[in-house]
Amino acid sequence: MSEEDDIILSELNDEDLVAQMFDDLYDGMREEIEEGVNLLIARGWMPYRVLTEALVGGMTIVGADFRDGILFVPEVLLAANAMKGGMAILKPLLAETGAPRVGKMIIGTVKGDIHDIGKNLVGMMMEGAGFEVVDMGINNAVEAYLEAIEVEGPDILGMSALLTTTMPYMKVVIDTLIEKGMRDDYIVLVGGAPLNEEFGKAIGADAYCRDAAVAVETAKSFMARKHNQGAMA
Amino acid sequence: MTITDATLTQHGFLASGAGRVLLLACGALAREILAVKDAGGLDHLDLQCLPAIYHNHPEKIVPAIEVAVTKHRDDYDKIFVVYADCGTGGQLFEKCKELGVSMVEGPHCYSFFETNAVFESRDEMTAFYLTDFLVRQFDAFVWDPLGLGRHPALRDMYFGNYTKLVYQAQTDNADLQAKAQVCADRLGLTYEYRFTGYGDLETSLAAL
Repeated sequence: MSEEDDIILSELNDEDLVAQMFDDLYDGMREEIEEGVNLLIARGWMPYRVLTEALVGGMTIVGADFRDGILFVPEVLLAANAMKGGMAILKPLLAETGAPRVGKMIIGTVKGDIHDIGKNLVGMMMEGAGFEVVDMGINNAVEAYLEAIEVEGPDILGMSALLTTTMPYMKVVIDTLIEKGMRDDYIVLVGGAPLNEEFGKAIGADAYCRDAAVAVETAKSFMARKHNQGAMA
Repeated sequence: MTITDATLTQHGFLASGAGRVLLLACGALAREILAVKDAGGLDHLDLQCLPAIYHNHPEKIVPAIEVAVTKHRDDYDKIFVVYADCGTGGQLFEKCKELGVSMVEGPHCYSFFETNAVFESRDEMTAFYLTDFLVRQFDAFVWDPLGLGRHPALRDMYFGNYTKLVYQAQTDNADLQAKAQVCADRLGLTYEYRFTGYGDLETSLAAL
C-alpha cells in the first residue's frame, strides 16, 4: 500500500474506526488494534463498549469465517493475537469500571498434554464475552483442577485435550468431582480436536464445545439456566 | 511404477487388484508398507492408500475408510486398515469394529514405528515427531498449513511448549537426517535422531 493510501485511524469517525478495527482484527494487525482501542477510550467510550462492539464484534466475524472454511488456523491465531493486544489495554479498565461479569471459568489442558492453542482461543473469547477466566495452562493433573476450583470458586470448569491418549483424563477429573460430591456445583465444558459430542456425554461433561465460538455460546446458555434455577429456588 | 510423495499426499495410491488381502492405508505409509511387503515376500497383500494429507484432517479419515471398505469388501478375502487412531478420538476403531475389519494398534504411526510398548514407556509429552515421509514432506504437512512461511511469529505459539524434534527414521538415510536437522532448526527445537525401522507395522503385516 502506498503512503497516500495509508489509513490514519485517528482521522476516522467512531463508526468508521470500528469498521476499520474489524478489518484490522481480521488481518491480525495487533498494533493497529491497540491504537484503535486507545482512540476509542480517549473519545470517551466505556471499556466494556469497546470490548463488545469493536473487539468481540470483529472476532465474531473471524469465528464465523473460520467455521465456514474461509479463514484457517494461522489467520485465526493472528486475529487472536491482535485481540490480545486490545484486551491487555482493556482488562485493567474493565476491572476499574465494574463491567458486567457473566461468570467465572477456570480452563486448562489435561495431564500429559501440552497443546494449548484451542484452550487459549477459548479463554480469550470467553473473556471477550464478559467471563472472568483463570488460565491453568497445560499438563494439569486432577489435583490442579481441584485446587483451582477451591481457590477460584468458578462457575465453569473447562478442559482441553488434543490427543486421543490424553482425552480420557477428562473423565478422571469428572469422576473425582463426582466422588467428592462436587460435580453438580460446576458446569463442565470440554473441547479439543479428537473429541466429539458423544465423548462429552460419555464422560459426564455438561457439553462438548466444537470451537471457541460454540464454547462462549454454550457457557452463556448454561449460566443463564443457572441463574434461572437460582431465581426459582 | 513411480510413486511421488506429492501424489501420496494429495491423492493416495490405487490398489493393483492382485492379492487376497487389501491394506487400506495412509498415504504416508505407502513406501514403508511396500518395503515390508517386498522384504517379506508378502505377495498376498494389495495396497490402497488414502491421501496422506488426511493426517492433518483426521475428521476425513473415518468416512473415507468406510467408503473404501464398502467399495472393496467383495473383491478381497480380507481388508486390514493400516491406520492407528491418528487423531480420530477412537472413532476409527469403532468404525472398523462396525465394519468388521481390523486395524493397526496404537495412537499414531509415531507409536507403532517405535513399537507401541516402547513409545508408551518413553512418555515424551514435549516431543514433536517426524517420520521419513514427514521429513520429506515437512513443508506440505507442517510449515505451509501452519502458515509459518507467511507468519513466522506464529512459530512459538504452535511449538513453544515442545522441547525437541525426534526424527523417527524408518531407513538409514543421511540426506533425510540432514533435512530433519534443518526442520528442527526451523521450528526452534533441539534435534534427536532415532532409528526405528518399521516396528509394529512389520509385525502387523506379517501376521496377515
